[in-house]
Amino acid sequence: MKIINRFNYLFNSTKGLILVAIAMIALLTAVWGMLSGPMAEMGVREVVIKLFNMDIVQAEREGRMIILYHSVAMAIVAIETYMVTSLLKMKEFFKLAIRVLVTVGYMFAMIFGMGFAYFGHNWALHGLYITGLALIFFAGVLMCVALWPWNKEHIVTDKDYAHTKKGFSVERMAFFATAVTTVISAFFGAVPGSFFGNGFEVFLAENVIRLAEKTTMQYSIIGHLHIMLALIAIMLTLIIGRWLNFKGILHKISMPLMILGTIVLNLGVWGVATPLEPVAHMVIYVGATPSMLAALFLLIWSWGKLIRDGTAHLQKPTFGQKLSALVRDPLKFGPTWQMLFMNFTTSGIGIFMAIRLEEIFRIWPAREERIELTGHWHALSAIVATIILMYFGDMIGLKGKVRQIYGWLIIFFSDLALASVTIFEMKRLFITEAVQQPLVNYLMYGIDIGLGLLLVLLAVVMVWRLSDLFKNKGRWTEEVNQELSQEVNS
Amino acid sequence: MKRKILSFVLLSIMIVSCASVDLNAPMPDFETGVDPDSWVQIPAGEFFFGQHEKVQKTDPYEIMVTDVTTAQYAAFLNEALVTDYVKVEGDQVVGFYPGDKFHEVKHEIRIDAGDWLFIPLNDPSQRIKYDGKTFTAQSGYENHPMTMVTWFGAWGYCDFYGYRLPTEIEWEKAARGTDARPLPWGDDTLRENANFYASRDPYEDMSSFGSRTTPVGFYNGKKYGDYQTLDSASPYGLYDMAGNVWQWTGDVYEGMHYRFMHGGSKDTYDMDLRVWVTNNATPTYFSPGVGFRCVK
Repeated sequence: MKIINRFNYLFNSTKGLILVAIAMIALLTAVWGMLSGPMAEMGVREVVIKLFNMDIVQAEREGRMIILYHSVAMAIVAIETYMVTSLLKMKEFFKLAIRVLVTVGYMFAMIFGMGFAYFGHNWALHGLYITGLALIFFAGVLMCVALWPWNKEHIVTDKDYAHTKKGFSVERMAFFATAVTTVISAFFGAVPGSFFGNGFEVFLAENVIRLAEKTTMQYSIIGHLHIMLALIAIMLTLIIGRWLNFKGILHKISMPLMILGTIVLNLGVWGVATPLEPVAHMVIYVGATPSMLAALFLLIWSWGKLIRDGTAHLQKPTFGQKLSALVRDPLKFGPTWQMLFMNFTTSGIGIFMAIRLEEIFRIWPAREERIELTGHWHALSAIVATIILMYFGDMIGLKGKVRQIYGWLIIFFSDLALASVTIFEMKRLFITEAVQQPLVNYLMYGIDIGLGLLLVLLAVVMVWRLSDLFKNKGRWTEEVNQELSQEVNS
Repeated sequence: MKRKILSFVLLSIMIVSCASVDLNAPMPDFETGVDPDSWVQIPAGEFFFGQHEKVQKTDPYEIMVTDVTTAQYAAFLNEALVTDYVKVEGDQVVGFYPGDKFHEVKHEIRIDAGDWLFIPLNDPSQRIKYDGKTFTAQSGYENHPMTMVTWFGAWGYCDFYGYRLPTEIEWEKAARGTDARPLPWGDDTLRENANFYASRDPYEDMSSFGSRTTPVGFYNGKKYGDYQTLDSASPYGLYDMAGNVWQWTGDVYEGMHYRFMHGGSKDTYDMDLRVWVTNNATPTYFSPGVGFRCVK
């Protein structure tokens, strides 16, 4: 087999493209994860900077952070794009064009963006980074066209799925609504991004939270980061639902809720940059509720299905047998479990903080609020990543004990880290600054061991997949023509 | 058996995590040679303010070379107690503050005229001790920055002596000088430049009590035992303008009750040492990582 066949697999097949994007993120995370937190404390940061000849100026941290976040986020957007274009029917031209644009786009954004941010400020690299982001935007516009739901080619024939009276797929409408609002929300960030970027007045949202007077552009930046993360999570929920073949009455309830939630949520976020700002948060809460309800219905349906399938051979299954059936396959159980766990690490904390606003945010110093804010953004991002990794484990055909180990280790390591992060965020409720150090140390162990071992696990899988590429009849030869739509659960 | 082992491990972690920290653990006793009673003149003129280097102008003013020390604050309390400028109420020292105009802005909390908390006396991190008659600085902490002091307590100290807290603009000019440097001493931070989180100074033990304050003016290029510091004074000769303790500033902004701090602290990473980085809190907030200095 020639090398061109390998390239064909890596850059022209769904699973190959996903593999490359995950590998890129894994590399980025492994190297850049050593520049902050305990790794910096231990002196690893200085070694990494010297080893890779990085050019890091303290005054420019905010700009570096923004490019780093965008580099990772664009690769995640690319992965979701590959999944959507493989799961849903669309014209071959659109599928190809979208994939070419998004692939070149995220690679430009990541390689040239990080090159600009961390290896001297060559402005040609910055231009190419912006080009990458623009290509992804165009891919998004094309995706909206490709997902147009009112197309007779996509009429629902199986009445178990949510559909309109005329037979159009409501699920496709939910994908479409998410894609359209994502493109608009990207634009919503691009405008202030260009405004501040051209004036070189870069800032991080978490550092302006307590300003009594914020400019429209500052509100747009805050709104942009929140909504993009939310939309990535919403799109992933739809993807997981499609993979698990979500259907039935709960599907029929969930999909309209998903559309409603997505649209209202976006209207609320865009509203922060308008005179409607005073009521925008209320609109956001209203929008988030149906979206989260839809995710809850997916969870209820998928857990019920796992239990039914796993106990089908038993006449009267006991509670223990049902529980055993539920957790039998960590890769099918894991994604929705992580969505549930998210309520403890992200949504739950947000609601708790909102309820006790006067006791917490009005009293705590800004730095504590910043820890809580950045903590919950990171936690949600990590949850998105783990759900993708679980789907990835299924699509690369992990079976038997390897599947069990891979799935459970992802759940255990990530939840250990996320639980530690959550306690770290909330520590001021039960411990004072003066005596917190031993607790902080143990929480840091939890975070670093959890995330570190998760990366080690990912590295093992990546090395295995790399070695597979050297085999003439490796797994890649089977995957090269496989589409995710063929592997949707029956 | 496996479950028992797991439970035991988790229980052990929780117990160790919650183990009491000795807040009075022995610590080195170094004299820095920097006089906390000294002041420096900051000339009038323009300078680059903030991350985005907006040009701002100040009138001339004098600012303290170091943070107010624990000994200085104890002396203030003794003088102020005699003149009824402060009162001891239960486990608190309180003093009068004339209040702020309330603008009824969203999230704003009313700060009325009245007695407000200066320092708590019952907190184990408090380095000022009160025996019912006299305030004293805890032995070993005399030349450390005064901490566990609210914004009102900082304001009160300065006001008592006819001084005031620096505005954010004044604070930053004193820290940065007239060029665009991000740090008082230049462009980059080494561990020997300042007391920040996990900076490995002789006062820190990250396995137990964590980071502690260093005496004011500690990072002046002197060698303390085996520990060599770098001279990290600001262009105007101020010490500890980055790290050690956050410093309250005096601005009261319309529509918000929060008060701002600059300089980062022993508890923050080096990124927070940059001169434009701020922290803020309600004026009744106190912490082992927050202090102040005055201007006149």
